[in-house]
Amino acid sequence: MGDFDYKIIINNLPFLWDGLLLSLKLFCIALVGGIFFGTLLALARLSSWRILSYSSAGFVNLIRSIPFIMAIFWFYFLTPMLVGKITGQQGEAVGPFTSAVVAFIMVESAYYSEIIRAGIQSVPRGQPWAAYALGMNYWQAMGHIVLPQAFRNMLPIMLTQAIILFQDTSLVYVVGLKDFLGAASKAGQISGRIVELYIFVALVFLIICFGASRLVKYLQNRMDPARQQTVKMNITLNGPGIRPGGA
Amino acid sequence: MEWKFFLEQAPSGGMTYLGWLGSGVMWTLLVSICAWVIAFSLGSILGILRTTPLKWLNLGATIYVEIFRNIPLLVQMFLWYFVMPEILPTSMGDWLKQTYPNLITLPFAQFSLWEFTAAVMCLGLYTASRVAEQVRSGIQSLPKGQTNAGLAMGFTLPQVYRYVILPMAYRLIIPPMTSEFLTIFKNSSTALTIGVLELTAQARQINEYTFQTFPAFAAATLIYVVITLTVVFAMRLLEKKVAVPGYVSQGGH
Repeated sequence: MGDFDYKIIINNLPFLWDGLLLSLKLFCIALVGGIFFGTLLALARLSSWRILSYSSAGFVNLIRSIPFIMAIFWFYFLTPMLVGKITGQQGEAVGPFTSAVVAFIMVESAYYSEIIRAGIQSVPRGQPWAAYALGMNYWQAMGHIVLPQAFRNMLPIMLTQAIILFQDTSLVYVVGLKDFLGAASKAGQISGRIVELYIFVALVFLIICFGASRLVKYLQNRMDPARQQTVKMNITLNGPGIRPGGA
Repeated sequence: MEWKFFLEQAPSGGMTYLGWLGSGVMWTLLVSICAWVIAFSLGSILGILRTTPLKWLNLGATIYVEIFRNIPLLVQMFLWYFVMPEILPTSMGDWLKQTYPNLITLPFAQFSLWEFTAAVMCLGLYTASRVAEQVRSGIQSLPKGQTNAGLAMGFTLPQVYRYVILPMAYRLIIPPMTSEFLTIFKNSSTALTIGVLELTAQARQINEYTFQTFPAFAAATLIYVVITLTVVFAMRLLEKKVAVPGYVSQGGH
């Protein structure tokens, strides 16, 4: 431990920085894609159209019951095969980054859809009914009335999930991508000093994720009074006089 | 799609490819269950400490949780497996790398006791931080009056925990604990990065030897799904069996 070599980290900083950028890029794409498709999956799941709700539930439960690495392998090995089948050319290269992006969007949309579904269900049923009564159609009611409130309620959980997602980007190591961890591993093999590099990676993740989780906690505390107000409003809206019977 | 190749002799281990899958299942379960024992016991202690008035122990438990929760599992895996033997005193590090792996030969495994131990330790200590949070929130979801009533009856604080708080809290946290176990079960696949040939690793290996990509991964996926469903079903039965009559239906919380 006495011969901890700081120079190795400094010498490799540009290389590690590129790795961190790749991790961040994957994180951003997966976050946006995951929330977008997660919302669609959640809406499908809550739809009264059976085929839609069953297939959405099936997809989400399947993805949630297999390891993340397994999903990454599925897309890494199968996307080239599928692309080959479609274009008629064998061995079409897709590249590990593209297949990782697809895998991450799929997996994250499954995880986010569960969060978003709970968020939508936390909005009182009277809200969409009131929207329909005002003459709004399904997408207007969802887009203007239900989803804004749902997203507000679930913001803390969504941000916590985002922190987990950022940590999960390190899993692309298994398909040989040079993300932050992959870059450190490569640099460690070349220089023979994996100890310094892995400890550095751990510290950087710790600082980023700890800072982010503090921020989430702060936001959560700030939003609390507002949320109490929403709950109070719901109680008045759902009072015995107004609440429509049956569900 | 050709599935018969599963019955062919695999290049190593003296088994068929189906045997490879079977040994993968066995190691996935062994790693998960051993890690769960650590996660559950350590996580319970940490979670309970975080709800007690013992200031220093409380702080220690909080620091533990924050550190283990905020470093990616894969990075922790590498810290245990690659880094720990190097930063220990040389004699201990050498013992870990040279003597310890050969203490016992693992059955159906092309990896040593050290890979297995590192994986179990890493998964167990990581998941302990998540279990601790579940235990803590389970305890905190109970009305404060329960503790106060217990103390008023003349129980000491440890007695209040033993006879009043914990029996309730552990019943309430069965669903989140089930999902923590399933998380450990799925996360055990990260052990493949340090050479443990668990289920996902076997699927990848079969794909590499036979190029039967779809059957190899589909079979492993099916096994994961079946085990997950079995655990969920069993835990639902347990939850029903130990439910406190009337507690949930009162809608108190």
